[in-house]
Amino acid sequence: MHEQHKYKHSAAFYDVDGTLISTNIVHSFAFYASRQPSLAESARRTVKTALSIPVFWAADKLSRKWFNEIFYRSYEGASEDRLVVLAEELFEDVIKPNIYPRAKDLIEESKRAGCRQVLISGALDFTMKPLAKYLGVDDLIANKLEFVDNYATGKLAKPFVAGATKADIMRQYAKAHDIDLANSWAYTDSFSDYPMLAIVGHPTACNPDFRLRTLARSYDWPILDLAEDVERSVARRPQGLAKPPSDLKAPRRLRSKPIH
Amino acid sequence: MRAIRPKTRTHPREHVVTIDTDSAPRIMFYGENLMIEDLPIGTRVIYPKRPMTGIANPKAAIRYALNNPDNSEPLHALLKPGMKVSIAVDDISMPLPIMRTPDVRQLVLEIVCEMLADHGVDDVHIIIALGLHRRMHDWEIKRMVGEKVWNEYWPDRLYNHDGCDPDGMVVLGHTPHKELVEMNRRVAESDLTIYVNLNFVPMNGGNKSMAVGLCGYESLKAHHTPAGIVKSNSFMDPPKSYLSHSFKRQGDLIEKTLKVFHIETVLNNRCFDGPLSFLTKNEDEFTEADRLKFSAMKWSLDKLPFAARREIFMRTPAAYELIGCYAGGVECHDKTLAKQNEQNCVEVDGPADVLIMGIPYISPYNVNSKALNPLLVQVMALGYFYHMYRNQPILRDGGVLILTHPCSDRFDPVHHPSYIEFFNRVLTETTDSYTIEQKYQDELAYNPSYIEMYRRGNAYHGAHPCFMWYWGQRGREKTSRVIVVGADNATVPAIMGWETAGSIAEAVAMARGTMGRSAQISMLHHPPYMISDVM
Repeated sequence: MHEQHKYKHSAAFYDVDGTLISTNIVHSFAFYASRQPSLAESARRTVKTALSIPVFWAADKLSRKWFNEIFYRSYEGASEDRLVVLAEELFEDVIKPNIYPRAKDLIEESKRAGCRQVLISGALDFTMKPLAKYLGVDDLIANKLEFVDNYATGKLAKPFVAGATKADIMRQYAKAHDIDLANSWAYTDSFSDYPMLAIVGHPTACNPDFRLRTLARSYDWPILDLAEDVERSVARRPQGLAKPPSDLKAPRRLRSKPIH
Repeated sequence: MRAIRPKTRTHPREHVVTIDTDSAPRIMFYGENLMIEDLPIGTRVIYPKRPMTGIANPKAAIRYALNNPDNSEPLHALLKPGMKVSIAVDDISMPLPIMRTPDVRQLVLEIVCEMLADHGVDDVHIIIALGLHRRMHDWEIKRMVGEKVWNEYWPDRLYNHDGCDPDGMVVLGHTPHKELVEMNRRVAESDLTIYVNLNFVPMNGGNKSMAVGLCGYESLKAHHTPAGIVKSNSFMDPPKSYLSHSFKRQGDLIEKTLKVFHIETVLNNRCFDGPLSFLTKNEDEFTEADRLKFSAMKWSLDKLPFAARREIFMRTPAAYELIGCYAGGVECHDKTLAKQNEQNCVEVDGPADVLIMGIPYISPYNVNSKALNPLLVQVMALGYFYHMYRNQPILRDGGVLILTHPCSDRFDPVHHPSYIEFFNRVLTETTDSYTIEQKYQDELAYNPSYIEMYRRGNAYHGAHPCFMWYWGQRGREKTSRVIVVGADNATVPAIMGWETAGSIAEAVAMARGTMGRSAQISMLHHPPYMISDVM
């Protein structure tokens, strides 16, 4: 094929949860909660996580900052070694099966166009590293847990990667790597990531929530559905269909005689 | 019972009606609605010819063509057990509206696939030759090829062409004019390619089938240029079309490199039949029943919301019938064109100073889409309908074009994502096609989001809206004014450089301001479309 045109000084920034994968940070935490040294502890933590979901949900609706404070407190006391070791398993068992069918293809298209690939996620860095390696991206920007003597304090290292801070981090990244944001792409599923979309020249909503979809329509941003199966396009229902002729109701194979 | 002979015209010029003092008002399409307007006395209304009678046994006609091809051995003689065959099929962009089932492509495919199976040819892939159009939805493919072929081939051996697949495309070479020729890899590696064409307009078929249907962006941009469109007088008249000349150069290289067997089919123009047949009639000949039907239809359309109106039209497939099938080398296209011209060409004495045209709800690029977006309104008016002539333009150079369409700011985000950016960003910065070609075309073409949406979604290629804008370039350059009647907003016409009027009478008065009181006014009464042979 003819050599493809390459963009210069361009990057593609991807949010991860809900954009490239269908799971989120609560799934990751539930995975850790269910893998404790004893069965009783695993059961206790799993139940506690399940009961906390409404609180997490409500906190997230009110403020991403509150959510982070409440949610990451659950990690308090976890050993760093254990979290890192289980991250590989988390990737294989939870994250990898939930990567959207067209996510890797999108990244391949973007690489082919010459863009630098950057994951920018509110999830924890050690849970995202195997995914970043699998997708073959250039850089990973994610939240970091604070550890003291190899044990998590339940607090995040600042700055929190969320909301407007994502946009700030992207600006700094662009400056450091000589990236032209006007010629860069950002992909996210959530309205809360509006700032990261607003600072690039090519914002794209991926599997957007209702508010982002509405916003994308108003601003004429493209909307991608990475969850849709390539072979079966279900975004549209059939229109203008007439009934097939009756002789097609019972399909038969086209071969009329065996070939020897 | 089917008529044995085609209906003959009662009058050799029955398709040209001159408006008199007692003439009925004329019906014209107005997007997803209809408009009825009195036209000035002396206006020429040009109607399409009546539909030719369809072939009574289409399958027999197809078999005859396969066994008696032009400039080729019969298809069965080209087949050898174990050979690798690709069948390329035209996509859903034609005919318009979609035809009733069975689609003529289904008839051809069933015969060809059965013949291949009978000759021990098992390695067969069917590729929808969509060029840079959107991928067809699975249910659209099923409807087009029929259940039998669908069950046998989908999805491994029946799929959409992908012009952006780096592994799926190969370069065949360059033409003497340095035009790159890319080709679908599977087709390039096949022992034989069978191209199943549905020929609906004269620019399609022949060399264009392979050169455009199975190419990529790099080879398409060699001829889809504003300069190429301006040089085509018109692009619906192949001998005078720069596009056709370029297709021929690319096609010659393809035919030299690959073994291709073309099958071309021609349909009549029975666009509306049954209760809607009055839409193609001369309004002066309406019966009372026709008038009642029109009034009921107009009343209902006025009351219904946009989506329901669109749904009604999309759910009304056309009753097209096969009137010709030709096969063999690419030269068989000459017979196709002759048959098509027999159906669609109407003689007209001299060009018009003012041309009125109703823009319908459909174009080749919005089948099963949510709307006919403003760019597609533009391509229908200044692209296709403007170019529907031979000899000399139906609208004289410097003339005024009047069109009827709401020009709503509606786009389909699934099918036309790059159109939205093009219209709102590019066109608001410049409407100059040559600047767009230099500055924006590649940017849209190589945008990874649009490439992903073209390759795996159902979106037109990123650069497609640029081509649509170029398509209207000759029309833009040759008309002095474009006046749109019934626009529901001022922004869309303003972005495209059009004026607005509230009624045909107002638009005609504006046009006469430029062309004078004695301006010759003509109206094209479509659909179905017709090609004016302007003498």
